[in-house]
Amino acid sequence: MSAALQSDQTQLEDIEIALLLEGLYRVYGFDFRDYSPASIKRRILERMRAEKIATVSAYQDCVLHDGACMERLLVGLSVHVTSMFRDPSFYLTFRQKVVPMLRTYPTVRIWHAGCSTGEEVYSMAILLQEEGLYRKCVIYATDISREVLRKAREGIFPLASMQEYTSNYMHAGGKHEFSDYYTAHYDNVIFHPALKTNVVFSEHNLVTDGSFNEFHVILCRNVMIYFNKALQERVHNLIYESLSMFGVLGLGNKESLKFTPRADFYERLDSRDKLYRKVK
Amino acid sequence: MTFEIVVVGTSFGGLKALQTLLPALAPNFPLPVVVVQHRGKETDTLCEFLQRHSALPLTEPNDKDAIAPGRVYLAPRDYHLLVERDGFALSTEAPVAYARPSVNVLFESAAEVYREHTVGVVLTGANADGARGLAKIKAYGGMCVVEDPASAESKGMPRAAVAAVKADAVLPLASVAPFLNQLCLHEPGSSYAS
Repeated sequence: MSAALQSDQTQLEDIEIALLLEGLYRVYGFDFRDYSPASIKRRILERMRAEKIATVSAYQDCVLHDGACMERLLVGLSVHVTSMFRDPSFYLTFRQKVVPMLRTYPTVRIWHAGCSTGEEVYSMAILLQEEGLYRKCVIYATDISREVLRKAREGIFPLASMQEYTSNYMHAGGKHEFSDYYTAHYDNVIFHPALKTNVVFSEHNLVTDGSFNEFHVILCRNVMIYFNKALQERVHNLIYESLSMFGVLGLGNKESLKFTPRADFYERLDSRDKLYRKVK
Repeated sequence: MTFEIVVVGTSFGGLKALQTLLPALAPNFPLPVVVVQHRGKETDTLCEFLQRHSALPLTEPNDKDAIAPGRVYLAPRDYHLLVERDGFALSTEAPVAYARPSVNVLFESAAEVYREHTVGVVLTGANADGARGLAKIKAYGGMCVVEDPASAESKGMPRAAVAAVKADAVLPLASVAPFLNQLCLHEPGSSYAS
């Protein structure tokens, strides 16, 4: 194929993807229209390869008429592959700078927005338990995909990952043996159900749903990297409105508030880790 | 042909290769240079280390940062780095062929946005990452440069790259930066040339 033809085909594909996303929104209410284009295109093409479908238009036919096909796309678009105690220093800083504030509250509400398969939810539950705070906390762990939430609720992760997670846990200031928190079973481990007694797993769509409570902590790490700037602004407004005064927002290592209208409403808690406190 | 971006991918042996390539880029190099070096999840100091070898300012981009000419950007650990029309995008999609960052992911995104204005460079590495991405750059009419497998510290990536595309230049490492300088600096039509 000539370079010019290749370009034409890309343009056509971009149009087809816009149509698919429009259809997905109008038929099912899931709004991916303001997602960052490069990554969403990759994921759609990846799903198409898995479904053995050659063109986006043919895929649209399948997604719009077959709910199961749509669910699989939704999983493909919502999974982000993370680890327990990802960026250990984030959790260490959380222990040192956020936990002391949380001690002063009678109850603590935490919103983990875009929790995917739950690795970071269990990490936070372990941290809070070690700090003696877990009993007075409720963690609302939300995602758009029911299937992803089902996995998160199970708390089953591959045994092969435990070496990395144990190292992360120790660098994150862990106080016990990491293996105290799970039971191995063949190639998997299951995390102790006590870790999820105060976790509420629930469907929530950051793009189309509103605020549902006021929180002391909101964790939304590596979720908005998939959004374009306009959508990031909207979601930052939602987060701001959902945080109590002096509440804490945790973002991913390579995210910042600098492109958002809310930048001046927070102060940074740490020069390295992306933890912010709402100050006005 | 005018070029607008240089994307570089490397793996095993890449640290040494980048120490040869980066200091040899002209101090007035007119394009953005985006580098994926395969790296572990705990390699926090790579950026500072490489900056010492680069006259051009070198940073790890944050999400949505603008892509500026005359700068070197290093893909951060444990993220894929993609380019879009108005800046960088990061992703925590699954590793591709065990790699995150992945060379293919960067190259493919660059080809889609910059098309024939892309220069792709594959250096030393022990796997095959980069070959598919380079093929996409080629398909859009971009320029493909590969380190000569004969002299590369690790031949896997360059070999896979020359097997996947008819490279426009296959060069020993020491000649790669001079080639890029020649290609991008002395081009009257280069969109960033002053």
